[in-house]
Amino acid sequence: MNERFLILAAILVTGTYALVGSERAASRQVGSNRIVVTYWEKWTGEEMRAMKDVVSSFNASQDRIEVRYLSISGVAEKTLLATSGGNPPDVAGLWADQVVQFADAGALEDLTDLARAAGISEADYIPAYWETMNYKGRLYALATSPGSAAIYVNRDLVGPKYDTPEEFPKTITEFDEFVREVSIRDRQGSLSTVAFLPRDGWGLWAMPYLFGGSFTEGDRINVNGPDDLRAWKWVNSFAKRFGTRETQSFRSGFGNYSSPQNPFLSGKLATYADGPWFANFIRLYNPKVNWFAVPFPYPDGRPDLAGYTMLNLNTLMIPKGSKHKREAFEFIRYVQQQQIMERICIGQYCNTPLRKVSREFLEKHPNKYIALFDRLARGERAVRPLQMGVAAQVGREVGNAVDEIDLGQKTPEVALNDAQRRLEELWQSYQRQVLGR
Amino acid sequence: MNVHRNQRVGILFALPWIIGFLIFLAFPLVSSLYYSFTSFSVLRPPIWIGLENYRELLTDTVFRTSLANTLVFTAASVPLATTVAIILALLLNTKVKGMAFYRTIFYIPSLVPMVALGVLWLWVFNGQYGLLNQGLGKLGLPEPAWLSDPAWSKWTLVIISIWGTGNAMVIYLAGLQDVPQSLYEAAELDGAKTLSKTRHVTIPMISPVILFNVVMSIIGSLQTFALPYVMFPGGAPARSTYFFSMYLYDNAFLYQRMGYASAMGWVMFAITLALTMLALKASSRHVHYEGG
Repeated sequence: MNERFLILAAILVTGTYALVGSERAASRQVGSNRIVVTYWEKWTGEEMRAMKDVVSSFNASQDRIEVRYLSISGVAEKTLLATSGGNPPDVAGLWADQVVQFADAGALEDLTDLARAAGISEADYIPAYWETMNYKGRLYALATSPGSAAIYVNRDLVGPKYDTPEEFPKTITEFDEFVREVSIRDRQGSLSTVAFLPRDGWGLWAMPYLFGGSFTEGDRINVNGPDDLRAWKWVNSFAKRFGTRETQSFRSGFGNYSSPQNPFLSGKLATYADGPWFANFIRLYNPKVNWFAVPFPYPDGRPDLAGYTMLNLNTLMIPKGSKHKREAFEFIRYVQQQQIMERICIGQYCNTPLRKVSREFLEKHPNKYIALFDRLARGERAVRPLQMGVAAQVGREVGNAVDEIDLGQKTPEVALNDAQRRLEELWQSYQRQVLGR
Repeated sequence: MNVHRNQRVGILFALPWIIGFLIFLAFPLVSSLYYSFTSFSVLRPPIWIGLENYRELLTDTVFRTSLANTLVFTAASVPLATTVAIILALLLNTKVKGMAFYRTIFYIPSLVPMVALGVLWLWVFNGQYGLLNQGLGKLGLPEPAWLSDPAWSKWTLVIISIWGTGNAMVIYLAGLQDVPQSLYEAAELDGAKTLSKTRHVTIPMISPVILFNVVMSIIGSLQTFALPYVMFPGGAPARSTYFFSMYLYDNAFLYQRMGYASAMGWVMFAITLALTMLALKASSRHVHYEGG
């Protein structure tokens, strides 16, 4: 009996270990004498290939560290859970707008001293990007590929009056006139081509900034200020102009963002707000589109608000509990070199987050308007992601408020006041429960 | 001595399951109850805040919206899916040549993964190019903006819920094949026609199966997540498709409010329990058990 018991117990222990311990063993298995750095990243497809290429060149550049790239869906959630379970990746590729939430949760290693020792500083980066990687004076992330937004224009759909960047509308009033002239209805009166719909494309969340507004006032959330109201009323003017039901019906025919049925690529929208990477989607799904890119228009009489763009940034972070923090940082530092960074950004059709940019980068970049995206990112009107632990909630609440306004369920004032009230509660709750205030 | 030995061996063989149950089910269950009384962001130690999460739920308008959406969806989809599954099972219980083929065809859709299904249905319900609106247009009927009009978005999901009736249909089919033939013969002698036989023999005889499927459907509908998550990101338009489990997921993983999400989970457990009890109570006079 005792012998049988021992055999069964041994099987049980082995089985349990195989189930629980195998993931860690597999992810840190060392084939040679190298230290294995696990790197979780969100990218698949071409973006992944560009980054994997850099990972390979890093692995070939030295014989001490081997970085293993693993493409993960829902990388933020999984990094969070793996970190709480004490088995995080050594490097995680997250978005810059997650820095604050992760830092507040104590999920990130502070990179300030490592960066200083490696000679990496504020002077190396475009200011807005540098700021998004820092929180409360400490550095928590370093850059990979960034983005800035501009308006893509389908030359063939806008007519001769607007078919060059120079002739394209500069102010909101001119832009509204352009929308009126270019939008077309078919014989039955249904919309067939619309010049622009602010709900589609990248960056709805940042519209108030276009009008000089903001989502915060110091440490306070402020989504219902006069400029915010003006911005959302302008957004709503499109639904009013074309009709709520008509716009709904028109939009319901749009396909997925990254597909030939994307409304810009299928010729339903004549213009589309997006980042530099969108040139790659044009190449992939409808290379016949004859396009150019221009900055967003600015409110009349406010040339000081010209040059607006919103930014985002892919970053590399080291989750708390990483087993190979120094080796992980060595890889991150490798990526920050100008030559390497430009390689990633060309591979992913992005602008560069670095202050220094080579002429070759701008000339060889597959997005022919990369200089515009680069210039906008460096400008004073570049809006960086909201640095607040409740940034995700702000996006959701404002998005919902805009839905309610467009559908005529609430007036802009009521919808924004409701969003403001709810966000204040959430922010207070976050401050109390997470920040301990 | 032998009895004790058998007990020990029995426990030993059941031990893998017992350990699995304790680690993967009982422990998380008890933990989530504890976390529901804490402020817990997963990475920092939980802080006891008593009933604050539950108090916040009472005033949380998004919680109310998501709960209402879920209850409306459940109230609409459970009767519809049950009716369709019973009708399909009745049709597939007839003696027709090639029945095995038909049964397979009707069951296969329930095997399609939810995410693939979501992408497929996005095309079927596409306002301009969708198969459904093309058909409606040809019949001269209105073509709704299924995916972007809040008046229709929830109903889109209700219609899709019929797609997954294959599992229930198979259970009904098994129930139908258990109905004694002698009852039908007796009914026929009394002059009963097809509809009468269905009403007075078939339905009462499979009523325990119906109850089982209804209870399981209620539980499944209350937990609806994958389809709306894929088809309507963020519960758009205007949170008309924002379901309870989506809000719970967002709180747990997007907003890092695991304590609040745990409280939501327990509220859902209470609601599920109450609805199940209600279904059992309401059905007590209508469900007939053989020999009982």
